[in-house]
Amino acid sequence: MDYLSKDIRAFIEENFLFGGSAEDISDDGSLIAEGILDSAGVLELVAFLEGTYGIQVADSELLPTNLDSINRIAHYVVRKQACLQAARVA
Amino acid sequence: MMNRLDQLLAIDADAEIARIGKVIRRQLAQHLRKRGAVVGLSGGIDSSVTAALCVEALGPGRVLLLLMPEGDAAASTESLALGQSFAEALGAHWVVEDISAPLAASGCYRRRDAAIRQFWPDYEPHWRFKILPSDPLAGDRLRSFRLIAEDGSGRARACRLSAADYQAIVAAMNFKQRTRKMLEYYHADRLNYAVAGTPNRLEYDQGFFVKNGDGAADFKPIAHLYKTQVYALAERLGIPRVIIDREPTTDTYSLPQGQDEFYFSLPLKQMDQCLCALDHGLSAAEVARATGLAPDVLERVFRDLTAKRRATRYGHMPPLLVEAVPSIAAGSTPGQGERHA
Repeated sequence: MDYLSKDIRAFIEENFLFGGSAEDISDDGSLIAEGILDSAGVLELVAFLEGTYGIQVADSELLPTNLDSINRIAHYVVRKQACLQAARVA
Repeated sequence: MMNRLDQLLAIDADAEIARIGKVIRRQLAQHLRKRGAVVGLSGGIDSSVTAALCVEALGPGRVLLLLMPEGDAAASTESLALGQSFAEALGAHWVVEDISAPLAASGCYRRRDAAIRQFWPDYEPHWRFKILPSDPLAGDRLRSFRLIAEDGSGRARACRLSAADYQAIVAAMNFKQRTRKMLEYYHADRLNYAVAGTPNRLEYDQGFFVKNGDGAADFKPIAHLYKTQVYALAERLGIPRVIIDREPTTDTYSLPQGQDEFYFSLPLKQMDQCLCALDHGLSAAEVARATGLAPDVLERVFRDLTAKRRATRYGHMPPLLVEAVPSIAAGSTPGQGERHA
């Protein structure tokens, strides 16, 4: 989980903050409320998650509960990867 | 008895027409130092009211109306016919500028088609399509966009757009608004006229415009008016019923699309009421009574209005400087809000 949070934080810093630090943002801080994630940013984040972790983000999963903080994103990726793994085993 | 929202949206149309006329004359004479106005006429209510206000303020001889059809948009033929007929009725000079050729030359269609073929390789330019945003009132879903198309055999297709795909299509389509504005400024330069912008308050506040496209203008005479108030002025200005009753469209995509489907989450009248309520800090209960909307829907509408207003800051932002240039900054924005003029 830690490596995921680190990756996601690095993506946010590089993509949305031009290399600036996201130190002020806690892992549970709302990226939307902080003005970091806007509607274009959500779509860019989805492309990053799909391209990096091999998951497919369904329309119905485009929710703040999945994507509005570093921790929420990391947990969402873990859940999606677990589903993928289970599907492969089955 | 009128509720508070109705009171806030009520307008003395005659007094407002006179006030806007006075402001337009002063802005042209004192701030812009121009001899007349160019208005792009779309056949919709906002540009028609703007044109009529300019004619009222300046006289028909000082207003040039531009009709700028293009072959691609669903409503373009109807828009041209309505615009021509209204321009005749106003008695102002008018010119038709077909923007299809400049759009083709700038690669608008080619770039759009290339973007669509990224996911539908068999896409043909005669397919009709539009971009459909997710419904901001449907639960807590974050905003996403789908491309909806009707292929050559009339079969419907749909897919979700990635950020890059969405931006590529929108960037290509924005050539339309920017080409129209380029032509407006050509004629304005030729005649030493100013360009009138046509956004109403809902569009101006919520960012329903293309930066340096329809968002560009020298003056915007109805940007302070809610859509309901624009309708009230339209009645007094004698705008033809067929224009007043026409559903506002984006006039951008080849599949028909209303503004409420493309950009606003509710029918325009309710959007107007909600924006006015937000502007005046009305309580949710008061707004719910006036609009008939459930409290949870209202909460989502207010959230959507606030988010779009925040996103619109970029559209209104002038170029940023590393430091102010005092000689230019001083007096560079006269006429900002002439409420008490």
